[in-house]
Amino acid sequence: MKKRDPDLLLFPAPLLQQGMTTPRAMRDVLYALAPATLASLWFFGLSAVLILGACIIGAVLAEWLFADRSARTESLRDASGVLTGLFLGLTLPPGLPLWMAFLGGFVAISLGKVIWGGLGHNLFNPALLGRAFLLATFPIAMTTWVPTTGDSGFFSIYPGNLALPFMQAQIDGVTSATPLGMLKFDQVVTPLADLAFGNVSGSLGETSGLLLLLGGIYLWMRRDLDWRIPVSILLTVTIFSAALGIFDAERFPTPLFSVFSGGLLLGAFYMATDPVTSPVTPKGAWIFGIGVGVLVMLIRVFGGLPEGVMYAILLMNAATPLIDRYTQPTVFGRGDKSS
Amino acid sequence: MKAFRLLRRNFEHGVHPAHHKQQTENLPIQRVPFGKDYLMPLGQHIGVPAQAVVTAGEKVRRGQLIAKPGGFVSTGLHSPVTGTVKAVGDFRGVDGRFAPAIEIEADSFSTQQVDVNAAIDWQSLSLEEFIEAVQMAGIVGMGGAAFPAHVKLSVPDGVKIRHLLINGAECEPYLTTDHRLMLERPEALLEGAEIMRQKLGAEETVIGVEMNKPDAIEILRQHIKPDQPIRVVPLKVKYPQGAEKMMIKSVFDVEVPAGQLPRDVEVNVNNVGTIVAVADYFLRGMPLIERVVTVAGPGVTYPANLIVPLGTPVRDVVKFCGGLKPGSREIIMGGPMMGRPIASLDAPILKGCSGVLVFTEEQTARRKEYPCISCGRCLEACPYFLNPSRLARLSKSRMFDEMKDYHVFDCVECGCCTFACPSNIPIVQLIRTAKDDLTHRKEPEA
Repeated sequence: MKKRDPDLLLFPAPLLQQGMTTPRAMRDVLYALAPATLASLWFFGLSAVLILGACIIGAVLAEWLFADRSARTESLRDASGVLTGLFLGLTLPPGLPLWMAFLGGFVAISLGKVIWGGLGHNLFNPALLGRAFLLATFPIAMTTWVPTTGDSGFFSIYPGNLALPFMQAQIDGVTSATPLGMLKFDQVVTPLADLAFGNVSGSLGETSGLLLLLGGIYLWMRRDLDWRIPVSILLTVTIFSAALGIFDAERFPTPLFSVFSGGLLLGAFYMATDPVTSPVTPKGAWIFGIGVGVLVMLIRVFGGLPEGVMYAILLMNAATPLIDRYTQPTVFGRGDKSS
Repeated sequence: MKAFRLLRRNFEHGVHPAHHKQQTENLPIQRVPFGKDYLMPLGQHIGVPAQAVVTAGEKVRRGQLIAKPGGFVSTGLHSPVTGTVKAVGDFRGVDGRFAPAIEIEADSFSTQQVDVNAAIDWQSLSLEEFIEAVQMAGIVGMGGAAFPAHVKLSVPDGVKIRHLLINGAECEPYLTTDHRLMLERPEALLEGAEIMRQKLGAEETVIGVEMNKPDAIEILRQHIKPDQPIRVVPLKVKYPQGAEKMMIKSVFDVEVPAGQLPRDVEVNVNNVGTIVAVADYFLRGMPLIERVVTVAGPGVTYPANLIVPLGTPVRDVVKFCGGLKPGSREIIMGGPMMGRPIASLDAPILKGCSGVLVFTEEQTARRKEYPCISCGRCLEACPYFLNPSRLARLSKSRMFDEMKDYHVFDCVECGCCTFACPSNIPIVQLIRTAKDDLTHRKEPEA
C-alpha cells in the first residue's frame, strides 16, 4: 500500500506558464518586418528578392552546417537564422553582387553566432557583424547605391547583382547617392516626404521609414521589444540634431531628417533591440539607447562616413556586458542601502 | 504623490496567470466523511517537529493533544479523529521521504464528537499566555507556508504592531478556500481578527482581498460593525499579491527592508484561514484538527471545497470528489505556482495544504527549452527586482557563490520568472537548487 503510485510525476511548481515562446517571438519579428520587406520589393524589384534570398540561404546554410547534428532541425525551426539573413539583406545596397550577399549571410551566422556558442551567446548582432565584414571586404560594392527601379518595372535586375565571384564588378549602371551621402558630400537635402515613404536610394530596408515604424509598434504591442531602446535612441538623435541646428541650421540636418534618413529606424527598432546583444536591465537599456544615439550622430556629423548606425550599435554591443554589470536593478527592500 | 500611489493598490512587477477559480468559487464548503486511516506527521510546520506524547495502542479522542511543541518554533498537534494510535514512527511523508509521524486508526463506531473544552476566556489572558495558547492549539499560517502563528505574535520588546493585516488575496490560481471562508464565515473571521488585534494592541485591522472576489469584499463590509476599526481593502488582481511583503507594499506603500520581517514596519500579517482557526480555538475550544481544502484542477471529476480532517490520505479526498480522470499525471499540494507535488496518493493532508490540484498531461508536459536570449521578461516579472536571467545562468554553471552577489537569498520562489520565460527555462527551479546547495553544503574540514 505504502508505495509510490507509478503514474504520478513530481514536476516541480510552477506548472503554469504563459503562451509566448522564443521561436514565436522570433516569428513575430519576421511578421513585423513583412511590410518593409514588401516595400523593398516594390522599390527595387526582383533584385530585392534575389539579395534577400541570397542572404537567407547563406545564413541558413551556415546554421545547418555548423549546428549540433542532433539539434539541427530545432535550431533551424527557431527562425533565428532566417531572421539574421533577412536583417542583413535589408541593410545591403540593392545593386550588390549576389555572391557577396550570400557570403555575408554565411559569415553573419558562422562568425556572428555559431562560433560564440549559438543562439543567446553572441556578443555582437550577427546581421550587423556580417554587414561590417562585407563593408570591410568590399568597400566599393557596399557603397555603390542605385536609384529605385522607378518605371523600368519589377522584373528588371540591377546589372551589378549578377557579377561573378572574385571578378572585378562592372558597375556601369546608373548610380545615385543616398540622402545622407548627398547631405554630407553635396549639401543637398532630400524632401522629408520622400524619406518617410521610401522613394529614395539606399539599402533595401532602410528606405520606408513609416512601414518600419509600423512594424516596431507591432512588436511593442506584442511586448517583443524593449521600448526603452528605440525611444532612447530616437530621442537622443532628435535632441542632438536639434541642438546642432541651433548653431547652424543650414549645415546640420533637421531632427526629422536625422530620424527618417539612413538606417536609423531599422537599427533602432530591429537591430539595437536584439535582446541577446542589448542590456537586459531597464536602466541599462536607457544607457545603451542613449549611447547608440550619440554615436550615430557623432559618426554622421563629425566622422568620415555618411552613415554610422551599424558601427554605433556594434560598439554599444561590445559595451553591453559592462552596462549589465553596473545596472543591476535595486532589489525590493534594499532601496536605502548604498551597496 | 503618496496618496496617488495608495490609490493604485499595487506592487510593481508580478505576472497575470489565468486564475482558473471558476471550478470551485461558487461551491459551498462541504465536510468529507470520516475514513479509517489517518497519518499525522510531526513536522507539519516550519521549524522543529513536535514531540509525540502518545504511544502505540493508546486510545485518543478527537481534539486530544497527541504531540507537544518540540521547541519555540514548533506547535502542538491534536488527534483529528477518535480512535486508536496504531504506531508512532517513521512514515513516508508528502515528498516521499521518511519522517516521524503518528498513525491513527479511526473508531468506526464513534460519533466523532469534538472533545470541546468550551470557550476560553481570552480577554483575561496575558499576552504570554495567549501566545502559549496559540502554540498549544497548533495554529500555523494556513496560506501554505505553515509558519507557526505564535512566533509571529511574539514581538521583541520595543517593537510595536500598529496594523493587523489579514491576507485574503488568494492570488494562487485554482484555490478558493479563503474566498469561501470569507463568504461563509465572515463572523468568525471578524471575531478572530478582533481577538488578534486586541491582544497585539494594534490600532486597526486591514483585510486585503483581490478584486476578483467582489462578493467577499461586500459581505465582509456588511458584517463590520461601525465601531470596529476594521477596513477591507480591494487589491489589484495580480500574482503574487498574497506574498506578505507584496501585500504590505500594496496596502501601506511600504517596502519591508530585505532580511527583515513585517513586524519591523509595525505590521502583523495573517492568512484568513489562520484568523478563523484562532476564532475557532478561543471561542469554541476547537484546536487545529481540520482545514478547508480546494480540490480542483483539470484531472478532478467533481471539484469541491472541503473541510478535511488533518491526516486524511489524499486518496480518500480524491475518491470523495469522484476520483481522478484518466490521464491525470501529477498532484500538487498547495497552489500551482508554489505548491509541492506529492509522491503518493497516501500522502496526508497537512496544516499548510490549501489545495489538492490534479493536473494532466497538458500542464505537465516538459516543454522544449530554448537558450536564454536575455529578453528581460523575467526581470519585468520578478516582484523582488532580482535578475532571474543572470541567476539562472549562474546556477546552470554551478557558480552558486557568485549568486549571493545577485541576492539569491532574497528570492521567495514565487515562480513568476519561470511563468514568464518564453524559452521555458526552469528559472525558479534552478534558483532553488542553488539555495539548497548553499544552505546545506558541508564545508570541507580545515
